[in-house]
Amino acid sequence: MKVAYYPGCSLSGSARELDTSIKAISSPLGLELVEVPDWNCCGASSAHSTGHFLSFALPARNVIKAEGAGCEEFTAPCPACYVRSFLAQKQLNDDQTMKQHLEEALDQKFGPSTIKIKNVIEIFMDRVTSLHVKKALNGLKVVNYYGCALVKPPETFGFFDDPENPQSMDKIMDLLGAESIQWPYKTECCSASLCFTNQDATWKACRDILQVAEDSGAHAVVAACTLCQNNLDMRQTQVNKKYGTKFNLPVIYFTQLIGLAMGIPGHKLGLDKHFVDPKPLLKSLNLY
Amino acid sequence: MKESNVSKVLHKNNAFLEKKREMKEINVTQALAKNNAFLEELREKSGQDPGQCFQCMKCTGGCPFQFTMDYPPNQIMRMLQNGLIDEVLDSYTIWTCATCATCSARCPRGIDVAKVMDTLRVIAYQKGTTVKGRNMHIFHTAFMSSVKSHGRLYEIGLALGINIGTRKLIQDTDLGLPMLLKGKLSFLPHKIKDKGEIRKLYDYARKIGE
Repeated sequence: MKVAYYPGCSLSGSARELDTSIKAISSPLGLELVEVPDWNCCGASSAHSTGHFLSFALPARNVIKAEGAGCEEFTAPCPACYVRSFLAQKQLNDDQTMKQHLEEALDQKFGPSTIKIKNVIEIFMDRVTSLHVKKALNGLKVVNYYGCALVKPPETFGFFDDPENPQSMDKIMDLLGAESIQWPYKTECCSASLCFTNQDATWKACRDILQVAEDSGAHAVVAACTLCQNNLDMRQTQVNKKYGTKFNLPVIYFTQLIGLAMGIPGHKLGLDKHFVDPKPLLKSLNLY
Repeated sequence: MKESNVSKVLHKNNAFLEKKREMKEINVTQALAKNNAFLEELREKSGQDPGQCFQCMKCTGGCPFQFTMDYPPNQIMRMLQNGLIDEVLDSYTIWTCATCATCSARCPRGIDVAKVMDTLRVIAYQKGTTVKGRNMHIFHTAFMSSVKSHGRLYEIGLALGINIGTRKLIQDTDLGLPMLLKGKLSFLPHKIKDKGEIRKLYDYARKIGE
């Protein structure tokens, strides 16, 4: 199946390992990724803090470009990009005033948008089966961290998973043979949107999440959100410095673990790109 | 158990009560009459009605960033009900809300509180009332101008713009080199081909004032 792939600014930069691992597992799972032609930044999280039109128009342009590329589904792995794209499509179909504004601005007419917009977990959750698991992740204890963007608010995203206790990633981990520990911080906000402007808030949020993860006995945090992964992985040293903690907790994308379980070599999954190196942990469990 | 110094506590609370007594009197009827149009605009743009709030405080109880706010989310709802618009738009709360929408998920009245905050932020940004949210104003302006120039985000340019604007020159410089070495940051901006289209969107946004 052809899927329009919107990497957004983060997947070609700070979330490179998510891009690498998605590309590595897609084709064995029967997905052909087609990059959205000439995509632009979706504007999250500044456009929706500064104006109504651009917060709609920037992601809408991407959805329209994807629609033209002949794909049935669209995925934006970064949850911030996903949310903006999802809402833009909704507005494109339901908000005639905004649509007219866009048509006027670009001097073009647009029909209804029908491409199915899915988040990164949705794209993979029904495709991974036990048949794909060549090397079960036995012995690996994880906490699954969904972050806030994929499941909240439930009025909009309730169709996907529970806003307080989501299960989709837990089910994938069960399938891969890893042990998912239940913990209370599955959807706690990591404060990534404040990481440039209120770092004290960001460090505290990261500290709390890492502390609960460590206390729950997990070897690693499994993430689906680029912003969460960046924040918890890249800023772990800053947190340790600020609070005198000694966290050394790898934060791994669920797509990287799917890849490992499928028997794809670790270097093809971007496992060398992390700030907190997950390789010693994976080697100790004979998984790398 | 922690030793508590009762006279100290009382002294602190007396100061609080004193401050409370000094608070200015508010004529709710007048405030509402003055700001009715604004409240109508807020309801229309956010699709939410703060009037539905009955102060259960679940939003504030679950808010991960309440400790950074000058008014907790439930108070913002109450202030909106009472027409205290200037106070709300001048608050730090609207800028330090991370839009995680935990409040929206838990509100028994079905108010998407995060959406209200988002809409208030847009209005404050456009009115230029961003004294307490100065850093956020600098961040969002630098971000939007980066997208305007390149069609995509130029991270190094953005970080530099923020550090210079907020006068925190060394913020996050510890992350720069490792990111470059891991190929997570690029010196040059990524550009899209059809920058003209992006320019058209920005021009149109300015034209309609949105």
